[in-house]
Amino acid sequence: MNELKKTTVMRPNLSVEIAGIKLRNPVMPASGTFGYGEEYAPFLDLEKIGAIVTKGLSLKPKAGNPTPRIAETISGMLNAIGLQNVGIDAFVEHKMPFLRTVNTPVIANFFGNTLEDYGEVAKRLNDIPEIAAGELNISCPNVKQGGIVFGTDPKAASEVVALVRKNLQKPLIVKLTPNVTDITVVARAVEEAGADAIACINTLTGMSVDVHTRKPRLANCTGGLSGPAIRPVAVRMVHQVVQAVSVPVIGIGGIVRPMDALEFLIVGATAVQVGTANFVDPSAMISIIEGIEAFCVEQGIDDIHELIGSLKL
Amino acid sequence: MKNYRTKIISNQEVSPGYFRMKILAPGFGDKAHPGQFIMFRVQRSLPPLLRRPFGIFRTGFLPADCDGLPPIEFVEIVYKVVGRGTGIMAELHEGDKVELLGPLGNGFDSTSCDGEKILVGGGIGLIPLYMLASEFIANGCKVRLLMGGRTREDILFVTEFERLGVQTYVSTDDGSLGEEGFVTQVLERKLLKFPDAEVYACGPMPMLSAVHTICSDNQTPLQVSLEESMACGVGACLGCVVKGAGHTEENPSYLCSCKVGPVFKSQYLDWSALGQKNNDCGGCA
Ligand SMILES: Cc1cc2nc3c(=O)[nH]c(=O)nc-3n(C[C@H](O)[C@H](O)[C@H](O)COP(=O)(O)OP(=O)(O)OC[C@H]3O[C@@H](n4cnc5c(N)ncnc54)[C@H](O)[C@@H]3O)c2cc1C
Ligand SMILES: Cc1cc2nc3c(=O)[nH]c(=O)nc-3n(C[C@H](O)[C@H](O)[C@H](O)COP(=O)(O)O)c2cc1C
Ligand code: FES
Repeated sequence: MNELKKTTVMRPNLSVEIAGIKLRNPVMPASGTFGYGEEYAPFLDLEKIGAIVTKGLSLKPKAGNPTPRIAETISGMLNAIGLQNVGIDAFVEHKMPFLRTVNTPVIANFFGNTLEDYGEVAKRLNDIPEIAAGELNISCPNVKQGGIVFGTDPKAASEVVALVRKNLQKPLIVKLTPNVTDITVVARAVEEAGADAIACINTLTGMSVDVHTRKPRLANCTGGLSGPAIRPVAVRMVHQVVQAVSVPVIGIGGIVRPMDALEFLIVGATAVQVGTANFVDPSAMISIIEGIEAFCVEQGIDDIHELIGSLKL
Repeated sequence: MKNYRTKIISNQEVSPGYFRMKILAPGFGDKAHPGQFIMFRVQRSLPPLLRRPFGIFRTGFLPADCDGLPPIEFVEIVYKVVGRGTGIMAELHEGDKVELLGPLGNGFDSTSCDGEKILVGGGIGLIPLYMLASEFIANGCKVRLLMGGRTREDILFVTEFERLGVQTYVSTDDGSLGEEGFVTQVLERKLLKFPDAEVYACGPMPMLSAVHTICSDNQTPLQVSLEESMACGVGACLGCVVKGAGHTEENPSYLCSCKVGPVFKSQYLDWSALGQKNNDCGGCA
C-alpha cells in the first residue's frame, strides 16, 4: 500500500511558455555551446530538454577568428570564436534534417553584420516551418557604423529589433549583451520595439595575458567570459530586467548545477539556458532538470510557476 | 562515443613528471582507434572547469581474478604534469571517481601496409603511437619508431615498443640517451634509406613543422596528430580549429581538430599558419 502511494506522488508540472512556445521544462542549451544539437545526441536524450537552441546563424557562412580561440580562466572561460557558422543555407540543407526528427522545439539563434543582414536572415527563417522561434543576438558590431555593437546602444538595438519584428513571422526572443552600464535601458528599448521575450546574458568581455610570452592568451586579444565566474553578475542582471519589462525573461550565465538554475527562476526568469556547463558534462541539462524536479517535490511545489519570481525581498 | 562515469584502476609515475593512468571503461576498446583521444574530467568539483584532452595510450583487459568475475576492460592514458589539471591528476588514487568522454575524433589512417612505416614521436607525442604501432605490427607491417625528447626522462616506453616488435631509434637534445640532436636528423637519414616509407608523427609543433618540411621535400606521405586547446571535444564549440590548406581571408577553411582531427594528412593543413602560432594583438576590439 505504502509502495503504491509513493509511486503515485504527483510529479510537479515543469512546463512553461515563452513567447507562445510551450516547453516541457524550462531548461535549454545556450547558443554556441551545443552545436546544432546533433553533436550532443550521443550523450543525452534531446527529447527531455525544453528546447534546442542553435549556434548563431548568419546569411553567409562565417569563418570566425584566428586561433587560439579559447582560454580557461578561474571558474570560467574566454572565447573568441568569432561566430563561425555554416550560414543559413547550409543549416537548412545539412542540419535541419536531423533536427526535424527530434520532438523538441528548435530556436534559431541568428545575427548580422549590418541592419540589412539582420532583416534578411529573419525573412529566411520564415521558410523553415520547424523553427519554433528566432533568438536575435544583438551583441555584434555594426560594420557599417564604425563597429558599434547594436546591443550597447538603445537606439541601434531598437532599430534592429523593429526591423526583425517586421520581417519575422515567428516569436522573437532578443538576447542582450551585459557589456552596458544599465541593462534595463536596452531591455525596455527592445521590449518596446517588439521583442516577445528577452534572453540574458551573453558573455562579458574579458582578457587574459600569458605572463611568460606577454601576449594575450587569445589571438583576438579580447574574448567573451562565460561559466560559473559570471553567474552572480547574470543573476543580478536578470533580476533587474525582470523588474523592468513585462515580457518573459530567459536567464543565462554560469549555470552548472540545479541550484544555479533555481536562482534564476526565483528572481523571475521563466526559463534558463545552460552554456559552458555542456562542455564540462555533456548531460548537464538532464541533471539540472532532474534536480529542479527533486527540489519541487521536496518543497511541496506542484507547479514551477510557484517558484518563478518568488524572490523574497 | 560515450561519457563514462567510472573509476581509476591505477595511477603511477613512470618517469619524473610522467604518469600512467589506467581507468575502468567497459566496452571502450571495441570502438577505439589509434590516434583518438578522450576528454577527461579531473574531479567533480571545480576548478579546473574544462575537461582535458588526452591521447589513448592503449586499451585492454585486466586478467580475470580467482572469483571467476569477468575480465575488466580498461583504457590507459599517459600524461605529463604541466599545470593545474594534470597536477591534480597526479594526486589521484586507485578507486577515485573520474569521468571520461570517448573515444573521440579521427585517428590515424592505418589501412595500408605498403612500404616502411616510420613513426616519429617527441616526448608525450609517443603516447598515441603505441596503439598505432601495435596495429601495424598485427597487420604484418615493418615499423620503425624515432623517439625524441629533451633528455632521457622524456623517452618513454622503449621496452614496451620493442616488445611489440618495433625497431626503435632514440635521440635526445642533450645526448643523455641515444644519439645527441633532434629526431628530425634521424628522420632525414631514414628517408634516404627507405624512400617509399610512410611517416606518422606526433609531438610539439616545431618538431611537426620540421617533419612536415622533410616529408614534403621527399614527397613522403605524412600524417600528424595535433594538440589544439579544446573545450568540448565533440565539434560543438569550434574552439579547436586549424587552418586547412588553401585557407585565405576571402575563402577561409577552418577544420575542427576534435572532429576532423586530431590526426590530419599533412597536405590538408596550412603549415604557414601552424608554424608561427600565437598572437600578434592585431585587432584588439
Ligand atoms: C588531442 C590531444 C591529445 C593530447 N594528448 C596528451 C597526452 O597523451 N598526454 C599528455 O600529457 N598531454 C596530452 N595533451 C595535452 C594536454 O591536454 C594538456 O597538457 C593538458 O590539458 C594540460 O592541462 P593542465 O590543467 O595541467 O594545464 P594548464 O594549467 O591548462 O596549462 C599549463 C600549461 O600547459 C599548456 N597546455 C595546456 N593545454 C595544452 C595543450 N592542449 N597542448 C599543449 N600544451 C598545453 C599551457 O599552454 C600551459 O603552459 C593532448 C592534447 C590534445 C589536444
Ligand atoms: C564557445 C561559445 C560560443 C558561443 N556562441 C554564441 C553564439 O553563437 N550566439 C550567442 O548568442 N551566444 C553565444 N555564446 C554565449 C552563450 O550562449 C551564453 O550566453 C554565455 O556563454 C553565458 O552562459 P554560460 O555561462 O552558461 O556559458 C557562446 C558562448 C560560448 C562559450
Ligand atoms: S573542442 Fe569544441 S569544437 Fe573542437
